Amino acid sequence: MSEHNPNSYYVPASSRWPFIGAIGLFVTVYGAANFIQQSTDAVANDGQYGAWIMFAGIAILIWQMFSWWRDVIRESMGGLYSPQMDRSFRFGMMWFITSEVMFFAAFFGALFYARVLAIEWLGGGSNNAMTHDLLWPDFIPEWPLERTPDGTTTNAMPAWGIPLINTAILLTSSWTLTLAHHALKDGHRSKLNGWLAVTVLLGAIFLGFQGYEYYHAYVDMGLTMGSGIYGSTFFLLTGFHGMHVTIGTIFLAILLVRTLKGHFTAENHFAFEAGAWYWHFVDVVWLFLFVFVYLL
Amino acid sequence: MAFFHKIRTALPVLLALLFSASVGAEELQYNMREGVTEISQGVYDLHMLVTWICVGIGVVVFGAMFYAMFAHRRSKNPEPAKFSHNTLVEVVWTAIPFLILVVLAVPAVRLLVAMEDTSESEVTVQITGYQWKWHYKYLDQDIEFFSNLATPRSEIEHYEGEGKPSDPNYLLDVDNRVVLPVGKKIRFLITADDVLHAWWIPDFAVKKDAIPGFINEAWTKVDEPGIYRGQCAELCGKDHGFMPIVVEVVSEEDFDAWIQSKYDEQAEAERLAAEAASKSWSKEDLMSQGEQAYNTYCAACHKVDGTGTPPVFPGMIDSPITTGPVEAHISIVVNGKAGTAMQAFGAQLTDAELAAIITYERNAWGIDTGDLVQPADIAAFKAGN
Amino acid sequence: MSAVIEEHHDHHDHKPTGLTRWLFTTNHKDIGTLYLWFSFAMFVIGGLFAMVIRLELFQPGLQFVEPEFFNQMTTLHGLVMVFGAVMPATVGLANWMIPIMIGAPDMALPRMNNWSFWILPFAFTLLLSSLFMEGGAPNFGWTFYAPLSTTFGPPSTDFFIFGVHLMGISSIMGSINVIVTVFNMRAPGMTLMKMPMFVWTWLITAFLLIMVMPVLAGAVTMMLTDRHFGTSFFDAAGGGDPVMFQHIFWFFGHPEVYIMILPAFGIASQIIPTFSRKPLFGYASMVYATAAIALLSFVVWAHHMFTVGMPLAGELFFMFATLLIAVPTGVKVFNWVATMWKGSITFETPMLYALAFVILFTIGGFSGVMLAMTPVDFQYHDTYFVVAHFHYVLFPGAIFGTMAAVYYWLPKWTGNLYNERWAKIQFWLQIFFVNLTFFPMHFSGLAGMPRRIPDYNLAFADFNMISSIGAFGLALTQIIFIAVVIGCIRGKRKATAQVWEGAQGLEWTLPSPAPYHSFTTPPKVD
Ligand code: HEA
Ligand code: HEA
Ligand code: HEC
Ligand code: CUA
Ligand SMILES: [Cu+2]
Repeated sequence: MSEHNPNSYYVPASSRWPFIGAIGLFVTVYGAANFIQQSTDAVANDGQYGAWIMFAGIAILIWQMFSWWRDVIRESMGGLYSPQMDRSFRFGMMWFITSEVMFFAAFFGALFYARVLAIEWLGGGSNNAMTHDLLWPDFIPEWPLERTPDGTTTNAMPAWGIPLINTAILLTSSWTLTLAHHALKDGHRSKLNGWLAVTVLLGAIFLGFQGYEYYHAYVDMGLTMGSGIYGSTFFLLTGFHGMHVTIGTIFLAILLVRTLKGHFTAENHFAFEAGAWYWHFVDVVWLFLFVFVYLL
Repeated sequence: MAFFHKIRTALPVLLALLFSASVGAEELQYNMREGVTEISQGVYDLHMLVTWICVGIGVVVFGAMFYAMFAHRRSKNPEPAKFSHNTLVEVVWTAIPFLILVVLAVPAVRLLVAMEDTSESEVTVQITGYQWKWHYKYLDQDIEFFSNLATPRSEIEHYEGEGKPSDPNYLLDVDNRVVLPVGKKIRFLITADDVLHAWWIPDFAVKKDAIPGFINEAWTKVDEPGIYRGQCAELCGKDHGFMPIVVEVVSEEDFDAWIQSKYDEQAEAERLAAEAASKSWSKEDLMSQGEQAYNTYCAACHKVDGTGTPPVFPGMIDSPITTGPVEAHISIVVNGKAGTAMQAFGAQLTDAELAAIITYERNAWGIDTGDLVQPADIAAFKAGN
Repeated sequence: MSAVIEEHHDHHDHKPTGLTRWLFTTNHKDIGTLYLWFSFAMFVIGGLFAMVIRLELFQPGLQFVEPEFFNQMTTLHGLVMVFGAVMPATVGLANWMIPIMIGAPDMALPRMNNWSFWILPFAFTLLLSSLFMEGGAPNFGWTFYAPLSTTFGPPSTDFFIFGVHLMGISSIMGSINVIVTVFNMRAPGMTLMKMPMFVWTWLITAFLLIMVMPVLAGAVTMMLTDRHFGTSFFDAAGGGDPVMFQHIFWFFGHPEVYIMILPAFGIASQIIPTFSRKPLFGYASMVYATAAIALLSFVVWAHHMFTVGMPLAGELFFMFATLLIAVPTGVKVFNWVATMWKGSITFETPMLYALAFVILFTIGGFSGVMLAMTPVDFQYHDTYFVVAHFHYVLFPGAIFGTMAAVYYWLPKWTGNLYNERWAKIQFWLQIFFVNLTFFPMHFSGLAGMPRRIPDYNLAFADFNMISSIGAFGLALTQIIFIAVVIGCIRGKRKATAQVWEGAQGLEWTLPSPAPYHSFTTPPKVD
């Protein structure tokens, strides 16, 4: 439907990278499954090879993605880029982010279910009076759940320390990224490079703080993944968020390398926008996290 | 070959079913049971209502379809019409199904509300699902017992289609039945110890999941004495198909008498256990008692020949536990292992049974540690626990 | 290394050759073909598992397999059929047909398209290899309820979990591709409300997939951490709840069943007008009904869990919402009947399949409505009545839909006509055996036979024997099916571009077989 030159439908020729990507994924998860079995109290799977297979798989994936992206970049720099492709990439990225939102929704769903329903029921709420009387007579429903039905205790992570700082960092980084985007559109290359670098740096600082927070939780607070449902939801939600920040930071770092090399034009910079969308998405997820995991 | 043999036996049945309504028509159960409670009757009526409504809609829709296939086939109707919508009929066939559903929903709501009302019950039974047996506890009477499948394993594994007198209760028989008084509102508190199970008696229209860590409630009030059978209705692992439920509903006097007999039984069992515990058993006694108890309680997972199904159900033969220190062995049998299918048998079995089983495990299948475990050892372990 | 089609106008139908054509392809037709063959292979494997089930259930007693293995068969049968047979089949059809139907040269993201496909064989290698692992394959049903699948699952569960992750990645990428293609690659003039119904239903299916596959990925991730990292999502002792697993699973699982059926709806909506020689009745209401089904499907999930002891209000809500789905589905059924009404109907094999689809799916829908009535579901739940219900919507529903599509478009794909006589023989045999297999399951279920059991009381013996015989017959008819398909691929009788006299749509403007690159310049649609 591209009005400009309707005859230039573009179909890439065959490419080996997707297939290699499939192999990479397979090797990664095959290794990961073995690795997890071997590094936790494995049921009948001893050995050490899991981790190596997993790393090999990840290496294949990195190679594959790098090469694939490189092809795409070359094509686009070579003038093969069309408005139609641009739209396809944009839609694709939007729906990919939608699917990521739903991935987080699963964990938020678990959080709400546990907080609002399961814990109330274990404490005798709704039609579960006997659950409380017969099975967990000492259990007190509360959130954060610092004492589980079977008596494991832990401490909740307060909102006003590192989490607040991290909120500020992420919000700032969204803002600096927007500044970079404007700079790109206005053709201010050095400003672009500067703000983008600041954004990457902020992402890294965020991760540093989060690493410290985890350390503090495990060592000083007795808050671990095993600390009942509070620890479970806390670590999986913040953990997957952290993983996304990591990916986003790498994404932005690659963009930085490319802007330094002079890639992108004021009109044509889909990859930059995709990175920005991703980063804003990660930011929004954090706001939800801050409110529902830390604050309330 | 055996397979074709079976096909041969099947064919007559098939033909009989297809072509002759009279053969076995009475015994053949093909519809939902009406059951023996007000609720089950209500469920049955609703089931029939919705079935007939569906049949009715089916007759109309398929009727129209077949009519079109017949009357509007090309040889009859070479020139197709051109219309492609009609707002009026579209509204009508949106509204009518909606109204039908409302008609269905009203009685359903009424029935559901009644089913969920467990208040004002007179007897309360706590039901706990285990892999793969049921445990019943009468809360007010303070009686409890396990209920296991009674159909012998050998019969299941060497089942022969023909010539064998068919046991109508094949797979639906238990060693200890649940006994309930007639005409009283019984409340069931249903839970599980390991995985999900579901407690289901079709004749009561009661089916509730048994969920570890939660207690679900259900109730029934049975008006006809009799024996009612059901099965576990939630996949719970290997022997999910082998954990039946049998409820015997009796008059009030009989119920009281049954309770009394249970008290006597329990007292007798305690006396015997105490006697057995104070006695020192010979190896032969321990081994023969142990073999029997092992096959009843342990063989479901660890197999009669002690090989288990590794890695999930470890074998006993090459286990470091059965050949290692006795303490650890007693400990895992008495306390089980949290988070695995290995239950705590300390409360389920008497000290004598435990002693016998452990002795058996340490000396059977060529293990021959020579260790004897006496009931007193178990008692001592429990005391120090 | 990359090509712009216009550069190749003079020799535009060149095909790469050899193995790498298939491994590295970016061509939507090649990828569609790969999906379809993969799906058929999985159908055979899943079917063989079903044969093991039916063999063991042929008569009471344990004759052939251990209960432990029986459970593995049930589990793998369900998983392979759902994720390996039905879903890839419809994705294959989408790949083949959507670009052609909307006048596009290919899918919007062709390289990613290849990636989505090639993940699948690896995912199923992972899943099926679990059969050979110590402790056996997953044995907790295709619904893998916790804690049977977490604390009590065999070691292969971890491989299963990662297998599901891979399938999820594959489906999500495939769906993104469909959505982007539909939104961005339509020929000029092809407005949304002019798109063929198949494209519409797939667009909505893709939306469902993007919304729910990530939730499934979340569910298996929680399983993984519960199994290995000490979390207690599904463990009451730590404040979680095993039932929470079911909520998350069915939030995925219910939309999943519409993911399997919506493309079949679309296929029926293509075929019935063709052979009635009359436009689809109520096009707009078809679109709205499909959308309504999809939206409702997000709020009915707990009808699979009426017996878990939800509070009364929850049971009522999910009953009402579920019943409501019958309304838009009814609209579709009535529209199909109205399309036939006063048409000029002929009964070629695709039409036979479409008609059988409408009738038998509706029967399955009726039992669905029965199941939706909470108080009665207490009796039906986890019995063979449910098994009967979902095989009616899945086999004569989703699978018949796929077979209808295969017969309908096979001449377009291969350029040859299939053997109509054998196709019809296959159809009638299959109709007979499908009903022989699955209809008696209603009866054994009502009589009280639980599902997922390897052995049963004698009262259920007769019906089980009939079902088993039907199942063996059904397997044989699949051999005829594959013979007809291969016969067509090798066939001599050439098809015209139009193939079916009454057919409408862009796909019929292309020659048969369709050229390697479909529309090199956008066709004009008015
Ligand atoms: C393609 C797959 C598919 C489809 C389309 C459906 C469609 C429906 N399903 Fe089904 N279902 C499954 C696949 C599917 N299902 C599977 C796989 C399971 C089991 C999962 C497991 O446990 O393993 C299941 C289980 C299942 C249950 C749980 C049963 C239990 O475990 O206890 C329920 C309960 O409500 C249900 C209901 C419905 C309803 C109401 C519809 C409706 O969409 C049907 C609507 C259609 C019609 C009603 C017919 C046409 C309409 C008319 C002609 C209009 C007039 C009609 C009326 C007014 C009645 N299904
Ligand atoms: C689309 C999905 C789909 C399809 C097509 C089928 C197809 C079949 N299913 Fe399926 N079934 C499910 C989805 C499906 N099923 C699901 C989701 C479950 C629930 C699982 C669970 O409880 O977790 C289930 C459960 C299920 C059960 C219940 C198991 C239990 O509760 O323990 C049974 C029992 O009879 C059964 C039977 C069959 C049979 C006989 C077929 C037949 O139609 C298959 C026919 C096809 C073939 C046989 C393959 C092709 C054959 C050849 C090319 C010939 C070569 C082979 C031979 C000659 C043997 N299925
Ligand atoms: C429902 C299944 C089940 C039943 C019944 C059962 N066990 Fe076990 N048993 C297990 C499982 C599972 C384990 C493995 C636990 C683990 O992961 O360490 C186990 C472990 C053991 C072990 C330790 C073996 C080892 O090598 O770790 C012993 C000894 C044992 N059981 C004895 C018994 C006895 C005695 C009985 C009967 C009184 C019994 N079991 C009944 C499932 C069962
Ligand atoms: Cu217990 Cu199934
Ligand atoms: Cu559903």
